[in-house]
Amino acid sequence: MTEAHPADSDGVFKRDLLAVLPHLRAFARGLCGRADFADDLVQETAIKAWVARDRFTPGTNMRAWTFAILRNHFLSELRRNRHQAEYDPAAAERLLVMESDQEAPLHLSDVEQALRKLSPERREALLLIGAGGFTYEQAAQICDCAVGTMKSRVARARDQLARLLDPERDTIAAAPRKARTAS
Amino acid sequence: MEFVLSQPKGMDDRKRTPGQPPKTGGGKEPGWAEGLRQLYNSVVHEPLPDSFSELLKKLDRVKDERD
Repeated sequence: MTEAHPADSDGVFKRDLLAVLPHLRAFARGLCGRADFADDLVQETAIKAWVARDRFTPGTNMRAWTFAILRNHFLSELRRNRHQAEYDPAAAERLLVMESDQEAPLHLSDVEQALRKLSPERREALLLIGAGGFTYEQAAQICDCAVGTMKSRVARARDQLARLLDPERDTIAAAPRKARTAS
Repeated sequence: MEFVLSQPKGMDDRKRTPGQPPKTGGGKEPGWAEGLRQLYNSVVHEPLPDSFSELLKKLDRVKDERD
């Protein structure tokens, strides 16, 4: 029985934790591709964060802290259940077509499918940097790797997505590759 | 004069990070990069599902167990 957490600091913590839930949902959805599994992960992450709130330093980045918890939880769930990240076609179907000035509109479901083809390391790296707006340093902390490793994962993920989604505008490889999904 | 200190924690992650690519949609950024952000943001802006209303109660229960 400790008095380390007076009610008001718990209240602040809870408020900040609830504020990051939408971001946790987005990250989890990107990681696993399934809305139901993602939301379970987020709820479990919130409870883990709440239980561990003594270890959070007030004033530091709640989003980065909880993302790291979610990521670790996701990986341990994968190991435990051998639950392969599955693509949820129904969810992709609901997504809007992306508005674009390009001649051929890029469908968000194409991006989603391409994301699923990345290795988990590259996928999380791209989600954190390209969508979540984290710095390389923050992302490296979340994924418990070196900053250089994070940069390399992001670069490779970008190359791979470019090949999958913009095969004709490939800036890396000279030979165009037929990489569109055939199914 | 900046008001860095007055920003609520946990809500301030939208401020621009220096390393982020510009959102001009010009020729520099591939289309999928904006698509990736849209995918992510579409979930961020979804209302929380009903299942989350139980979460607060769960947090309180965990708290009670701890005290």
